[in-house]
Amino acid sequence: MTAKQVTRKISSLDKCRTGISGLDEVTEGGLPRGRPTLICGGAGSGKTLLAMEFIIRGITEFHEPGVFMAFEETAEDLARNVASLGFDVHALIAKKKMAIDYVHIERSEIEETGEYDLEGLFVRLNLMIEQVGAKRVVIDTVEALFGGLSNEGILRAELRRMFRWFKQKGLTVVITGEQGEKTLTRYGIEEYVSDCVIFLDHRVHNQISTRRLRIVKYRGSKHGTNEYPTLIDEHGLSVLPISSIGLNYAVTNERVSTGVPRLDAMMDGKGYYRGSSVLISGTAGSGKTSLAAAFVDSLCRKGRRCMYFSFEESPDQLMRNMRSIGIDLRPWSAKGLLEFHSLRPQLYGLEMHLATMHKLIRNFNPAGVVVDPVTNLTSVGDSDEIKAMLVRVIDYLKIRGITSVYTSLTDGGSAAEQSEVGISSLMDTWLLVRMLESGNERNRLLYVLKSRGMGHSNQMREFRLTDKGIQLTDVYVGPGQVLTGSARLVQEARDRAQIEVDRQSAERKQRELELERENLRSQAESIAKRLAGIGADIQLLQKYDTAQLQAAIQERRGLARARKAD
Amino acid sequence: MPSMGKRLTTQPEMTAEFWELRLYVAGHTPRALTAFVNLKKLCEEHLKGKYHIEVVDLLENPQLAKGDQILAVPTLVRKLPEPMRKIIGDLSNTERVLVGLDLRSRR
Repeated sequence: MTAKQVTRKISSLDKCRTGISGLDEVTEGGLPRGRPTLICGGAGSGKTLLAMEFIIRGITEFHEPGVFMAFEETAEDLARNVASLGFDVHALIAKKKMAIDYVHIERSEIEETGEYDLEGLFVRLNLMIEQVGAKRVVIDTVEALFGGLSNEGILRAELRRMFRWFKQKGLTVVITGEQGEKTLTRYGIEEYVSDCVIFLDHRVHNQISTRRLRIVKYRGSKHGTNEYPTLIDEHGLSVLPISSIGLNYAVTNERVSTGVPRLDAMMDGKGYYRGSSVLISGTAGSGKTSLAAAFVDSLCRKGRRCMYFSFEESPDQLMRNMRSIGIDLRPWSAKGLLEFHSLRPQLYGLEMHLATMHKLIRNFNPAGVVVDPVTNLTSVGDSDEIKAMLVRVIDYLKIRGITSVYTSLTDGGSAAEQSEVGISSLMDTWLLVRMLESGNERNRLLYVLKSRGMGHSNQMREFRLTDKGIQLTDVYVGPGQVLTGSARLVQEARDRAQIEVDRQSAERKQRELELERENLRSQAESIAKRLAGIGADIQLLQKYDTAQLQAAIQERRGLARARKAD
Repeated sequence: MPSMGKRLTTQPEMTAEFWELRLYVAGHTPRALTAFVNLKKLCEEHLKGKYHIEVVDLLENPQLAKGDQILAVPTLVRKLPEPMRKIIGDLSNTERVLVGLDLRSRR
């Protein structure tokens, strides 16, 4: 055999997909095929549900029949419990794809009188497996045997025999076990089921209940080792892994408008990058929601869909407030381009919010998402947890190229930039709105604190909410002061007046000079005339002189001649 | 080894209580045989004339395990008189069998 052939023979572990949302990603393919997996956890942590979904989805999604050996609930109860999730167990049983056997063990009803083995159990299991041609088996929960029968030696030996039997038949088995005090399971079943162990945790923190899943062990495979938030909703169990394990998503050079033309101008003239994350932070009443609404308005105007998650105001209140500044969102909502989801953060845990957002975004497929405000979630989790949740949201949206805007309330006390250290690093663009107090009034200033990947303006602009929309104007920066609001208006008027005065004086000067020029010109003319006159005189004189001379000479000659004549 | 259905009574008598006993086994193992022998001996001694033993081989009839909720073998089920009682093991501990069958009170 060549080297290439040899390497191909060493195949990776064959995995059995569960179909449970997120679990297959976290286990990188599913549970180990042909091996037993242990699901342990406290009461009400979701073990039986996971096991049921494993079997049911195995049938409906992967065409692998399964059997469920239940020690705690009857088949009727089990079927009824999952009916609310949309699973019709009776139909599956009728179609001979699934079999449930309820084993009743009651210690008081049983008398142990000598040697025995658990062949009866095997017989029942085998019957079910052969009836449906099962590939998947669930035992829920094997610890009931320990509760009912007292001979632990026999029990453990039989359990070992059972797992060997399963392995021989190549069945993928899920065993559930109740959490023990110091051990993973109360009776230490993890000794036998050591190929894959998953732990389900259910705790209550600050009155909010959260569920977590952790893969304690998975022999022969790489797996996520962290605790993943899980939740149980009307579709069953979902595990929420961070969607992109590596930070690589495709980016685009396309831009979307911010909704305020002068703000676009501050950002290379074009606006936000499509698919980027934008943080708008500021103190109370600074106009964050208005900026977010302007973004939504501009997107909807182009016919794109938008989703608005509000943790503070109801949709009607938001729309009414935005109408007062000239942004009317009602037509978009009526056309179905804009969907609002408002709820108080305290209603659910962070995981539930995250999963709800995932689901809504997935179904609606918007081009833009607003979360307003993000800081309200502190009532449900601490800043680390919120950051972890936001990472997941941002990843999810970036992969889909959805532009997202998050508003964040900062308290007026600390410096505005300091309080955002947690989440600002996740954001591509950060707009800061600040209130400036001067001369008995407060005005809003806006500036682009950062915007990755573009040459953004570093100028502060005054930010006004008028009934015609959001207006950005330049601030007046004078010697040692920044003027906004009415002070700016006064100063601008003053400036205008000054300009007028200057202009007038310039005009006057010009007139004076022209007058002088006229004067000089006429003077020059008269001098030129006199010059010309003198020139003529000189010429005349010269002529006269020559003529005189000639005449004198003639006369002398004449005289001379006259004298010589006789 | 008697097969399913064969009656094993001695003299048919009209008694106040008639005992219906069912012994579940899985194949003709030595343990099953031991259980049957022990059971027979016990019945002859304490229930002479008013019992009926039925032996069910789960390897031949696996579907019957579900009805009486059998998981261990051998299991002896007292179907009559009521209430139902289940005794598991090869029945070698006669005292416990008697307690389990309510033929002797628990100490």
